[in-house]
Amino acid sequence: MTVEELRSRFPALDTNVYGKSLVYLDNAATSQRPFSVIQLVDTLAFTENANIHRAVHRLSSLATARYEEARAFVRSYINADGSGDVVFTSGATSAINLVAFSFGEAFVSPGDEVIVSVDNHHSNIVPWQMMCSRKGAQIKVLDIKENGVLEVEGLEKLISERTKIIAIPHISNVLGIINPVKEICKIAHSRGVPVLIDGAQGIVHSRVDVSDLDCDFYVFSGHKVYAPTGTGVLYGKSEWLENMPPYMGGGEMIESVSFSGTTYARSPQKFEAGTQNFNSAPALVPALSLTAEMLKDKELIVKQNAVFDYIFDALEANPRVTLFGSSRENKVPLFSFSVDGAHHEDLALILDKNGIALRSGQMCAEPLMDRLGVTGLLRASFAPYNTLSEAEYFISCLEKAINMLV
Amino acid sequence: MSLSEKKQEIIEDFSMLEEWMDKYSYLIDLGRNLDDYPQELKTEDRLIKGCQSRVWLNCELKDGALFFTADSDAIITKGIIALLISVYSGRPREEIAADDFLWIEEIGLKENLSPTRAGGLVSMIETIKRMASPSS
Repeated sequence: MTVEELRSRFPALDTNVYGKSLVYLDNAATSQRPFSVIQLVDTLAFTENANIHRAVHRLSSLATARYEEARAFVRSYINADGSGDVVFTSGATSAINLVAFSFGEAFVSPGDEVIVSVDNHHSNIVPWQMMCSRKGAQIKVLDIKENGVLEVEGLEKLISERTKIIAIPHISNVLGIINPVKEICKIAHSRGVPVLIDGAQGIVHSRVDVSDLDCDFYVFSGHKVYAPTGTGVLYGKSEWLENMPPYMGGGEMIESVSFSGTTYARSPQKFEAGTQNFNSAPALVPALSLTAEMLKDKELIVKQNAVFDYIFDALEANPRVTLFGSSRENKVPLFSFSVDGAHHEDLALILDKNGIALRSGQMCAEPLMDRLGVTGLLRASFAPYNTLSEAEYFISCLEKAINMLV
Repeated sequence: MSLSEKKQEIIEDFSMLEEWMDKYSYLIDLGRNLDDYPQELKTEDRLIKGCQSRVWLNCELKDGALFFTADSDAIITKGIIALLISVYSGRPREEIAADDFLWIEEIGLKENLSPTRAGGLVSMIETIKRMASPSS
């Protein structure tokens, strides 16, 4: 597939801002959606809008079947069949909150420890802090090496008798470096400790196989992987999910309810209280199908590698620019950098007026910003639909902006 | 120059700058030319809340007039606060307190900033208004 063919599937890419063509480089925050996703959500609203898992009528059966087919699709997409189950959530954040709460209730006692890595998004830090303060447990921090990769060597020492769980990102949303998550799972499991992987970026850039990784939990959001906002996935191994209490109480998560006592349904229904996002969750199917297609399309891969090399070389060649996560190995096309003498916010503002959308600030990763010794960065994150000429335009505007500011 | 003359001058300056890049250059120049702000005045209580970048604003009362000095780590933000200072610093407290600040709407600054940046501008205006209010 050519990049142009791919672009034609994403209507938002034709947007104009300030009379200029949009150059969308904020894909790590929210990716654009293809027609297949937009149209499915529309179709379901027109023809299959009824509450799932409840009524016997026709529309409800159709909606239920659609929702459960999506679950089966996701389960198979991440190769979860046989090892665990997929719980639909509103995003990675709610998935992590669910695990932090329910896992904490079942398995964490005062004095226990949770290992959280420094390159996590706040979403994979704060829920653990909340659980630890509720349970009287404490956080231990796993550091990164100079090249931005998690310090696997330090993990052995960090794990103690009291370690209950390890929470890490598959790919840091700031550094764009692919962590050795399989190796980390192996080390953790040799000490009897489960691992939760935040796959918000990982699901976008790799064909995730949870059975191969052997992780205990894997979570991701739909909106970063070409699906609608408000969709998300929690994969958990059955041995954990079955032994964790519900996170929220409500309709459809129960087996029977009475005032003398309520019993709960089994996973995944146990974790899906209340009316679910049945209009949007099925759109994970076309979104992930396209992701898989893009990840194996040779022409797109060649084009994206060219964009990667161009941006990496241009940023590295600029003496004012410091790139964080500056390894060419195991890196996805996500570039966070600072510019000596220019504030990231000023740069983002000027680039915005040139039609370029990118992220500036702390990127929901304050501990990592502290670790890197910066108050904020600029981040350009590319999707396969971004062209080399967009990359060139971005670099030329960046250079102009630097000249204005420095 | 009276307050209304100064405001009119800025409105005219901005109307001549058609491209937003030119308006940013104008603000960057203002920011660069702002008087040095003493390091010891970069205190928590002088930080304006609600800005994405850090903005410090100091206010002194001399003979009934308010004198402002400011700094920011982002140059465009510094230019915006410099613009406000150029209009209000050295004016009688009552005159600032009674002002409607509508000239800012006229130059179209707010709607051309991102929501977080516009929020910062509103915070700057609120801080100046509060410093000028008789109760402060």
